[in-house]
Amino acid sequence: MTVAVRVIPCLDVDAGRVVKGIRFTDLRDAGDPVELARVYDREGADELVFFDITASAQGRDTTYDVVRRTAEQVFIPLTVGGGVRAVEDVDLLLRAGADKVTVNTGAVARPELVREAAERFGSQCVVLSMDVHRAPGTPSGFEVTTHGGRRGTGIDAVEWAERGAKLGAGEITLNSMDADGTGDGYDLELIRAVRGVVGVPIVASGGAGTLADFAPAVDAGADAVLAATVFHFGQLRIGDVKARLSEAGHPVR
Amino acid sequence: MTRVVVLDYGSGNIRSAERALARAGADVEVTADFAAALDADGLVVPGVGAFAACMAGLRAVRGDRVVGRRLAGGRPVLGICVGMQILFERGVEHGVQTEGCGEWPGVVDRLCADVLPHMGWNTVEAPDESLLFAGIDPGERFYFVHSYAARSFDLAGARANEPVLTWATHGEPFLAAVENGPLSAVQFHPEKSGDAGAQLLSNWLKGVS
Repeated sequence: MTVAVRVIPCLDVDAGRVVKGIRFTDLRDAGDPVELARVYDREGADELVFFDITASAQGRDTTYDVVRRTAEQVFIPLTVGGGVRAVEDVDLLLRAGADKVTVNTGAVARPELVREAAERFGSQCVVLSMDVHRAPGTPSGFEVTTHGGRRGTGIDAVEWAERGAKLGAGEITLNSMDADGTGDGYDLELIRAVRGVVGVPIVASGGAGTLADFAPAVDAGADAVLAATVFHFGQLRIGDVKARLSEAGHPVR
Repeated sequence: MTRVVVLDYGSGNIRSAERALARAGADVEVTADFAAALDADGLVVPGVGAFAACMAGLRAVRGDRVVGRRLAGGRPVLGICVGMQILFERGVEHGVQTEGCGEWPGVVDRLCADVLPHMGWNTVEAPDESLLFAGIDPGERFYFVHSYAARSFDLAGARANEPVLTWATHGEPFLAAVENGPLSAVQFHPEKSGDAGAQLLSNWLKGVS
């Protein structure tokens, strides 16, 4: 009756290999993104995110190959981001088999990238991802950062989300740089603040540590919950996250 | 082996549709070739993005004519996502009306919902007589990503057979699937809907060969 809350594992990929440590016992090759994608698919992931941290152009070709091979074997939505600076990057990733492409720093540098990508490929495949930290000087108290949260941009995060949606982003991913890695839960105030100004789906990211952390993010207005470490290290299983969400009254697949 | 053409008219990620159909047992070719699309046992019309852009792309490869010619001969066609929407009379996006293929009566319009696009896994209400959803658990979810949909279906204007209508709800009820003789269409992405989607494609292929 209602669209299910999506539970999304995120994999960091460098030159075709998964870089954050993965602790699954039944894997032949824990560094192979395609094999991990299959595992998460079996575990009930509703979507997969590949975050490409590859620096070299040569390495990026490997990424396209990974996307291609994953799309051939895993039949759930695949979102790919990292280093997307131009519409041509979006095109290459979509052609490789990505369903959605995430823009982040490239959109901060040139907001028109969002509009250009949405006009050419449709809003449904353009995700605006933002790395946000709390900064008292900004109107909303949240500021957009770059360089993994180390560099402030002076851009108000809530205003940026609103502008991104107007430019044509079909979804917004909120990475809380304060919460990321703490395991203390998602930044609920951030989610609430952005929910108040955008009508596109919101993906909560950063801070998930226990099963109890997911439902509050949805209550705050998130349509999907993303996590990396807790899934990769086997601390939490996707099925258990969904069971807890369901207990809290949220529909899951 | 059932030969299926996935019509390649420049619309988004069609690799997944190709692979999912192959997995379901079809011999798949991705092409815009008129004769090949006409000749195949089954034709799949994918589509993502804007109605107007898809319709323009479809016309550029004479896809609308292929669909019409196939249906005149009772040969199966499956529309997916915007590939479903363009089968209706017209689409309205940002106040601009675009003429569709007109195989079905009615208008594709923006959904009234708090959050759009409708992005994610949702349930559908398939009637018992549906062939596409045969053997699929009623609680199964399919992957949707769209902001526009057909919200009504005028039975009087349907093609020869009475259509089987499957509904879903996001903010308001809309058509998730239509089965109407040789012409079927789904608003969701079966190629992205895991095992349930694979079952649906396999069901469609059974009616094709």
